[in-house]
This record gives sequence, C-alpha cells and structure tokens, in this order.
Amino acid sequence: MADATLRSDDGPVAASKQDPAAEAKALFGDAHQQVTARSVTINKPVAEVYRFFRDFRNLPQFMENVVSITVADDRQSHWVVKAPGGKTVEWDAIVTDEAPDRHIAWESQPGADVPNSGRVEFRDAGQRGTVVTATITYDPPFGVVGKIIAKMFQREPAIQARRDLRRFKQLMETGEIATPAKNKQEFEEMGL
Amino acid sequence: MKALTWHGKHDVRMDTHPDPGIVNPRDCVIKVTSTAICGSDLHLYDGYIPTMKSGDILGHEFMGEVVEVGAKSTLKVGQRVVVPFTISCGACYHCGKHQYSACDNGLPADNQDIAQTLYGHPMAGLFGYSHMTGGYAGGQAEYVRVPFSDIGPIVIPDGVDDDKVLFLSDILPTGWMAADNADIEPGDTVAVWGCGPVGLFAVQSAFLMGAERVIAIDHFPRRLELAKRFGAETINFEETAVYEALMEMTGGIGPDAVIDSVGLEAHGFFVDNIIDQIKVSTFLGTDRIHALRQAIIACRKGGRVSMPAVYGGFVDKFPLGAFMQKGLTLKTGQTHVQHYMPGLLNAILEDKIDTTFLISHHMPLDEAPTGYKMFHDHQDEYTKIVLKPGMN
Repeated sequence: MADATLRSDDGPVAASKQDPAAEAKALFGDAHQQVTARSVTINKPVAEVYRFFRDFRNLPQFMENVVSITVADDRQSHWVVKAPGGKTVEWDAIVTDEAPDRHIAWESQPGADVPNSGRVEFRDAGQRGTVVTATITYDPPFGVVGKIIAKMFQREPAIQARRDLRRFKQLMETGEIATPAKNKQEFEEMGL
Repeated sequence: MKALTWHGKHDVRMDTHPDPGIVNPRDCVIKVTSTAICGSDLHLYDGYIPTMKSGDILGHEFMGEVVEVGAKSTLKVGQRVVVPFTISCGACYHCGKHQYSACDNGLPADNQDIAQTLYGHPMAGLFGYSHMTGGYAGGQAEYVRVPFSDIGPIVIPDGVDDDKVLFLSDILPTGWMAADNADIEPGDTVAVWGCGPVGLFAVQSAFLMGAERVIAIDHFPRRLELAKRFGAETINFEETAVYEALMEMTGGIGPDAVIDSVGLEAHGFFVDNIIDQIKVSTFLGTDRIHALRQAIIACRKGGRVSMPAVYGGFVDKFPLGAFMQKGLTLKTGQTHVQHYMPGLLNAILEDKIDTTFLISHHMPLDEAPTGYKMFHDHQDEYTKIVLKPGMN
C-alpha cells in the first residue's frame, strides 16, 4: 500500500499531511474522495478479535452510528446508519476480500446513499494482543457543505472511526463499554 | 438523591439528582457512608480545571455499603467497600502491569479525545473530576454508581471504623506512592514539600520505607506540628530560607530524595510564583511550580524527585539545567490506587499507619458547601473534612 501513496516515507495513511482527496485517489483511484484510517491495539488474541468483528451483526454494539446490520449470507449485508438531521442512510455491502485473522474488506453496492468501502486489518502483536487498523473510504454527501454539516454533528468518519475503535477495544477487553451515565435512563439519552 | 454539585468558581451547592443505578454488568451501586473533601477538589473549586460543567457532582474519596450489583460484579449487597478514585478496567495492557491510572478503558470513548489532545494519550477515568476525566458523577452524594466494581472497590472487614480506612480511596496510596517513587534507601534523608494530607502520608511512608530523616516543609504551623508527630524535622518557609536550611541540615549534601506534594496552586509570595500567578490569570500558562523548582535545586546530585502533586498543563522556568546537570530522576503520575490498596489496608489493620490523625472535622453531607468554604479559607484549622450523609 505504501507504494501507492504520494509520500516517500513509511508514515501511515492516517498521519498523512497530504490533501486527503489526493491521498485517496492515489490509494483507491478516482471513485472516492475521503480516506480515513485508525489503529488500536486490543489486548486479546487475534483469532478472538477477528471472529467477533467478522460477524457483522456485532458491529452496532460499538459503532455509534450504525443502527443495524442485517446479514444475508457470508458476503452480503445491509447497513442502516445514522446521518445528520435525524435521518438515516442505507446501503448493501458485499465482502470483497477476506483472509481469516488477517483482514476483511467490503464495499457498498451501486445505489448506496453514501458510496463507501472499508478494510480492517488484524495483526498478531504477540503479548500486546492484536493491532486493528480500519481504513474507510467514502464520498461525503453533498460535497464540502455536507462534510461541514457532518462535522458539526460529529458524524465525520475520521472522528467516528477513532471513537468506534476505542469502543471495540473496550468491549473486547472489558466486556462492556465505558459510560458516565448514572443510570439506564441517562444511558438511553446519551447513547454509546 | 442529594449531592454536592459544582456550578462555577467558588459556587458549589447541594442539589437533587436522579438516583444512580446499574448500567453495565460489572457495575455496583453504593450507599455512601463517608466522603471526604480532597485538596485537589479545591482546584475544581478555584476553577483551575477545564472541562467542568455546571451540574457536575464532585467527590472522589468515598466509601459505603453495596446496595446493588451488576451480573458480573464480584461484590455482594451489604458489603462495606472503599472505592479507588481511579476508574480502571483491570483488563488492558496497563492494568495488567498494575499501572492502573494509565488504564486504556476507564474513559468513555468520546471523553478520550480531550486527554489525547492535551497529553497524547487518554488516561484512566476519575470520579467527580471534570469531563476530561470521564464526566463520572462523584462521591459527595448519597449514592454512587461504581464501574468495574469487580476490580476496584476493596472490602472492609466488619468492626473497622470508616475513619480508619476512608483514605485508602486516594490520599493514603498517593502519599505511599510518592515515597515509593522516591526509591528510598535505608539511611536516606527525604524532604517533603507540602504537609497537606498527601505530604503527611508521604512522611509516614518514607519512614516505613527506611528513611533515616524526613524534613517536612510548609507554612501552616498546625500541619508542621502533625509532621513532627511522625518524627519529621520541619521547616516553616515563612520563617526560614528553605534551600539554605536544607543545605545546613544535610551538611551541604542536600536531601537524597525530594517529594513535591504541593502542586499547581503553590502558596507563598515568591517572585517566580507571582509571575506564574499573573500568567495563569492571563492564560499565558496554567501551572505554578514554585515548590518543584525549589525541590530540584535542593536535591542532592544524582538524587530522586517524586512528584505526587497534581499538574494539569504547561509550566515554564522548569529548572531543566539543574535537573540535567545533577543527573536527577523524576517519577510521577496519578496514583495506581488498586495496586496499593490491599497492602495498605493490612498496614492500617496492623496499626503500622495512622490515618485518623488527619481528620479535623466531621460534617453532615448537607453542609458540604460550607465545608468547601472552610477548607478553602482556613487550611491550617481544617486539615481534613469528612462528610457524612444522614448525619444531623
């Protein structure tokens, strides 16, 4: 992947100072405008972490904006995701590439409200557990204006990916997701 | 329930809040029986800590009776527990190394952004101490929801008074870790800046770890008197020049280890302190570090600097030259409470450590706002206030 970037060093995509659009284009071609990648280390064996993530029905447990994922078969799934203004966006996704305990990639099918693709890599980190890197490319709705709106609502995927990965780590390591809510009612109001 | 609630600088009130309940499987809820006001609560009271919101419940030194448990809590209803002020998961890499205050998972994911931006990494959650530390409701309340109750709270045997064990929650382990971080060797001379609760526990701990002499520095006579009770020699910095005194008392060598338990609101009218104050009030800097500067200059060559005091932001005029040239070592950090609790509970039960000497006042929880004002305005007389829900 490093060969495709616009830089001469080994710096990861998430740390790029380049124009994100140019970076995305170099990595994934013209189709997508934004790219975001984040890494987190989870103190669990890679097989356990992969198995949990591979069952997409588990993802809404820690992905704040994912309302539901319905799994049709091993490769096809339907995603319903929160969007700014109380709306939702939906798409069908298909698994395009997978290697157990190594990586999984998926892509939205034609007709998606927000065309996107994702790739999550899992690397055995020995005693430290598993390094999980999520790379998401997407086309922001309504161009620049949509992106500003999205940021206001904290639905911007870079922020979202970082927080979702932290929640994924919490769920895998502690069996629950940390919340300052004093009781169930406050938790319902706050969400994840 | 009623709880001490922050509304702004020097504005805390008793407000009514919804009762806490179980949210996550590892939670418990406790009915508070004793809850103290900490010196670091005064940093909130004075408005030094960012990310506070009006309506936040304060308090991080508390204990009580378990009244409700989640499915994965190991506690039982009716048990008496002291709760660590740090909220740590017990499952991440850092907790595995007993670096509990560096826990990866104690902070809610959204709250981690602030600490990550300020410090480079998110830290453990803390009870009742701003949204940067998780926005968790604190313990100056009738009830508290306690996350990760299977690894945090320590069960207290029947028949042991609250007053004896309450300080396991924060200041006792903090004072102990301060001495631990000073890597004390038998025969050492240890100087302690600040004879607040943490400093006084550091004095006791230093002797237990083999220090031959402990020199305690403060300007409140009553606090120096308490330090003397535990065998410390004292320096009142309003009457005595500290560096000169330390040099004379150690034959020109300087203390082998120095402990700064003063922190970001150092008192006293020193030139650099006043400059720091001006900078703080004009937002040019955040922390005042007079005590730390003095400690570094006085410390013997190759000595150890331990810093339990709370700092939050940036400082300038840190004597980096002295620090480097003398080859000092600095250890610091929020306290790894869960690591120290069991050993210190035993030390209390075996009467090796005196904890109750510190308490100057008991007050009803309802009078907590008065307690804050008295603790803030009359530190010499009010060494430690314990609030009791239900007391008349």
